[in-house]
Amino acid sequence: MAALNYTQRKKIGRAIFHIVVIFLCFLMTYPLLYMVFSSFKTAQDIFQRPNSLFPQEFTLANFPNGWRGFGGITFTTFFGNSIFVTFFAVVGQIASSAMVAYGFARCNFKGRSIWLAIMIVTMMMPAQILIIPQYIMFNNFGWIDTFLPMIVPGYFGYPFFIFLIYQFMQGIPRDLDEAAFIDGCSKYGIFTKVILPLIKPALITAMIFAIYWKWDDFFSPMIYLSSVKKYTISIALKMFTDPSSVSDWGAAYAMATLSVLPVIIIFFCFQKYLVEGISTTGMKG
Amino acid sequence: MSQSSTSKKSGQSSFSKFLYNENTVGYFFIGLFVIGFLVFTVYPLFMSLYYSMTKYDGLSAPQWIGLKNYIRMFTTDVRYQKSLLTTFIYVFTSVPLRLIFALIVAMMFKRGGRVVAAYRTLFYLPSVIGGSVAVAVIWRQLWGNGGIINKAFNALGLIEGDFSFIATSSTALSTVVILAVWQFGSPMLVFLAGLKDIPASYYEAAEVDGANKWQQFWKITLPCLSPVIFFNLINQMISGFMAFTQAYIVTRGGPNDATNLYVVYLFERSFTSRQMGYGSAMAWVLIIIVGIMTAILFNTQHKWVFYESKGGK
Repeated sequence: MAALNYTQRKKIGRAIFHIVVIFLCFLMTYPLLYMVFSSFKTAQDIFQRPNSLFPQEFTLANFPNGWRGFGGITFTTFFGNSIFVTFFAVVGQIASSAMVAYGFARCNFKGRSIWLAIMIVTMMMPAQILIIPQYIMFNNFGWIDTFLPMIVPGYFGYPFFIFLIYQFMQGIPRDLDEAAFIDGCSKYGIFTKVILPLIKPALITAMIFAIYWKWDDFFSPMIYLSSVKKYTISIALKMFTDPSSVSDWGAAYAMATLSVLPVIIIFFCFQKYLVEGISTTGMKG
Repeated sequence: MSQSSTSKKSGQSSFSKFLYNENTVGYFFIGLFVIGFLVFTVYPLFMSLYYSMTKYDGLSAPQWIGLKNYIRMFTTDVRYQKSLLTTFIYVFTSVPLRLIFALIVAMMFKRGGRVVAAYRTLFYLPSVIGGSVAVAVIWRQLWGNGGIINKAFNALGLIEGDFSFIATSSTALSTVVILAVWQFGSPMLVFLAGLKDIPASYYEAAEVDGANKWQQFWKITLPCLSPVIFFNLINQMISGFMAFTQAYIVTRGGPNDATNLYVVYLFERSFTSRQMGYGSAMAWVLIIIVGIMTAILFNTQHKWVFYESKGGK
């Protein structure tokens, strides 16, 4: 009898949980649904029924209209620029951060603890604070209106990722290193053959963060890029909200939807891997 | 085991001795960071300190004016003082709310199962794209005049007629705070990873001892999670002080400077008005504020952060 009550209670509890969570999911994703559905609305529909979620009639016209871009420069250019910057910046950030993290986690060099402290302090000091002197410096290098200020600094390690990967390495038993060392593997070999394969989940987590931070980055492109043909997606989208530009909201929604699409696709592809990575290593560790 | 390794190494040349020396290996791996730190952090930091004591438009040579920028900030620049206050309000509301939501949702979804994984993904989705300009553009629409939030408040009878949360000084900051809280996904992910690291045996033992879920949360989950909470708190606090994109696009710092967050104002001064000396001084004050806040958190961590001893087992 008691067992039955218990299972009944559990079932009802679970149903309530699901109802509440589905409602919350709707609230959480409403702005995104609004954006996606509005991109299929006609201009008249957007103006007359701004708060209805579903379009009266589906139209694809907003996409070619939006893609046309500004002053003869299409979104092909803006997407290309964003992909270029994101790809080269992320590769640099992850590769260099993994190396640096290994140095901190597994090498007993002189000054290790001082550099580790410096790294952690640097992690806490965000880039925006140094934007003025960096702007002057990149200006002197002749890097203004190029992608270099957004890419090159990443190749010297990104403290947040160094720390993330470092923490993950701390959880890998040192017995593995020692076993490899006895087998004649050097510290360099241990990094490539033992540690790198094991830190894959941490690298993927870092990569997901890195991709969407770079893709969404608005501050640096706004400061460093001046010609429209160099604009990344985020700056291009902002042009839709400029009072000077003709505001075609349908086109803005369509391009906003397309701009988040790659990030969402990458996220869904790796999310499975990420969750699996976290849970399997959790069991292994 | 040490015997075999020493005998192997002893026959090697001095170059390979150097190559395999702990210091060489260490600096080989962290070398990039050391160079990057000197070039992209230390040098700009000192230049910034110098610029902060000058009048500088970024083009002509800086003119030395001593501490005048700093004095102006705290005496005559009323907009600066308002911006500072607004930023503190923003940080002290958005960060705790964000972490609380992140923890609640992580707790709700910590157990596996396909459906729960789908929920987790949907809750995480806003954070993947929340920092983007796309979302800021949508936010303007939702909270603007006649937007869906306006209509919802009409329906609840809280507001009559058209009302723009974004164009009203008293509510504009809340829209930016809510936009920030909505994106609790990244601390949630970190919490989830932390929750998975808590051994199930702890809970089993507590169950045997008769502890209920509530007690388990306070006695096991929170202490075990405290290093992760600390990590999240520091990160979120700092990124809170640095908030820029949302306030810049949703409200453009307005109305009447109601959402003129620190970095928004710093950007306006440095790049729109090209007062780079003044902007550098503002940046330095921000470094000091964030430094003090971080130091306070680090100094209190021994009271509430629980680290498992790192025994070499």
